[in-house]
Amino acid sequence: MMRPTNTWFAEKLGDHGIYTQYMEDHHPAHMPCLEIRLLDWQQAAEIALRLEMRLVAVWATEGGCHDQPDSMFAYMGLAHPEHRHVLLRTQLGRERREIASISRHYIAACRMERHMQDMLGITVSDIPDGRRWIKHEHWPEDALPLRSEFAATTRMAQAEGSYPYVSSNSEAVCQIAVGPVHAGIIEPGHFRFLTVGEMILNMEERLGYVHKGIEKAMCGKTAAAGIRLAARISGDASVGHSWAFAHACEYAAGIRPPRRASYLRGILCERERMANHIGDIGAICNDAAFSFMHAQMQRLREDMARMHKQLFGHRLLMDTLIPGGVSIDLDQRGCRLLSEQTRMLAAEVEHLRTIYADHPSIQQRVIGSGIVSVNEARDIGLLGYVGRASGNYADERIEEAYPPYNELEVHVPQGRHGDVATRVWARFEEIADSARMIIRLLEQLPEGAVSNAWQAPEAGTSGFSAVESWRGEIACWLRFGDHGLIDRFFVRDPSVINWLGLELAVRDVPVPDFPLNNKSFNCSYSGNDL
Amino acid sequence: MLKLLKQIIMTGDKSEPLPDSDAIELLGEQLHAHIRKHFAGSLAIRAVDAGSCNGCELEIHATGNCYYDLERFGCHFVASPRHADMLLVTGPVTRNMATAVKMTFAAMPQPAFVVAVGDCASGCGVFEPDHYAIAGAVNDIIPVHASIRGCPPEPADIIRGILQVIARRAA
Ligand code: SF4
Repeated sequence: MMRPTNTWFAEKLGDHGIYTQYMEDHHPAHMPCLEIRLLDWQQAAEIALRLEMRLVAVWATEGGCHDQPDSMFAYMGLAHPEHRHVLLRTQLGRERREIASISRHYIAACRMERHMQDMLGITVSDIPDGRRWIKHEHWPEDALPLRSEFAATTRMAQAEGSYPYVSSNSEAVCQIAVGPVHAGIIEPGHFRFLTVGEMILNMEERLGYVHKGIEKAMCGKTAAAGIRLAARISGDASVGHSWAFAHACEYAAGIRPPRRASYLRGILCERERMANHIGDIGAICNDAAFSFMHAQMQRLREDMARMHKQLFGHRLLMDTLIPGGVSIDLDQRGCRLLSEQTRMLAAEVEHLRTIYADHPSIQQRVIGSGIVSVNEARDIGLLGYVGRASGNYADERIEEAYPPYNELEVHVPQGRHGDVATRVWARFEEIADSARMIIRLLEQLPEGAVSNAWQAPEAGTSGFSAVESWRGEIACWLRFGDHGLIDRFFVRDPSVINWLGLELAVRDVPVPDFPLNNKSFNCSYSGNDL
Repeated sequence: MLKLLKQIIMTGDKSEPLPDSDAIELLGEQLHAHIRKHFAGSLAIRAVDAGSCNGCELEIHATGNCYYDLERFGCHFVASPRHADMLLVTGPVTRNMATAVKMTFAAMPQPAFVVAVGDCASGCGVFEPDHYAIAGAVNDIIPVHASIRGCPPEPADIIRGILQVIARRAA
């Protein structure tokens, strides 16, 4: 079904005297891209906030073949629970690459605006925090990787510099620097704690260590090659990222995957959700010295990985999605095995949940630790289970309702306490719900092909997608250039937003409970740093 | 508490011989002998992510689950490179991690073994070696004694790789 063009936000902006122009070369029409004037940028954000829209992302890119040469554009993605997504774009001045910050209205915009400064040399005026972000101090100031004159193969010179962390003059305050190399088997990042006694006064994140230049690397790739890279943006959310990428390509090209493929994608994505929640619940308990749960959950996770290998050829489900559909299929036996295992897992997890609930030693650590209030969560726009634990229930499976979720009922856990216990609770709930949906999808798996032929769209066409990965909404935008090659790419992993929640959560938490909190968020470093 | 104990008993012992186990069991025995002789009975391993997508981390984690139970071969993961005999490095080394990787290696007591885990660590994988954000594969940054291929390598491959490098070096 073709959805009608979404004109809601354009009308609202019109009421305030902001003129918008609908971009014909952007798809899909129900998530339109509207061009506005540069001087309306900040006001548009303010209006969006008043309409209770959440910020999806801000990014910038050079113009494409439908635009004037050497033009540069900023984009703002916004979403409303009923009226869904809309993109705004505006052209930056040719002499002065400058734009007003929208961080005053949406604080989560700040790191993304820093990224625009770092990568494209745009000046974001009024930005509350103008420090470099991904561009670490040893990069030369004039290195602007996302500009076309900067070759991807550039060997940058080594520069000197330092990063000014938030600090305190008080003698009572201690500073603890952790990372980038952490004690466990986890990704690298730096945390700077200011503590009083053992209580955390402030925790500041410094990320960017695993920046692999994925946005740049995607340029010039075909959709088929691009999706292999997308599957590795964050390995634990491989299906989620592949799906977001595939959707953006498919929207741009006007191709729809067959119904069977959508069902299979749903099955893969929900399995990924289950596997990660199961693994994380174990790891959270382990960080509170409840290793029994860890051993049990890792066992279940391994059972899942083996089943994935057996049925889909990859333990982490990488490369199972392709533009136009999926590269795997399930026969009857496969359906039966998967359904049986999913049932078994759900039952085992429910049983383990009763043990978890029965143990005051773990309950005491998780209840009331690391609270993010409903208001704070709304201000940041927290996503996924982290948002759901704090009264923010955005879920693209419901709001965007892309297939197969348009045929399913998704139950979103609605928590409000915002502590570790509620985040764990939300994950338990989601495991059960995913299991229910997988079984349903398997029972009703339609017959037919698993992919439609991929045909790249005309140069200059862009597509946008929003997909609910296990961590929360992944937003992906891309534009095609000549010869069916990707010309520009942007993706926003939910971690970009949820990392901000962790900083808030750990205020007044004892340092030893930091790992527990960190795990309850489990943000991706790789997905954030790109 | 009773429920917990019951669950433990019902779960039973899940550790299993590794796939194509003959060779591995043999290696395992040799490894045990080497570890006893050269590492006072235990091999301390430190894992460092130099830029991975985190897929390799998931599989390194899995080597510790009850099916593989890497610890039974005398290996354990430690929290500091200063305690480690072996470094497992994952991911292409990003420009932003290159210094940290060198410092981690420098902090290890010598002789130290370095194992590049995964296609990225071995040769940048899906990431291009000559890319502004990538400093190179692991052996462009620090000396590497063995590479384990796979994207990501499966837990059994990781264990096999560790055993082989020890056996080879100690031989
Ligand atoms: S080898 Fe594969 S799984 Fe490992 S870090 Fe690289 S892309 Fe990720």
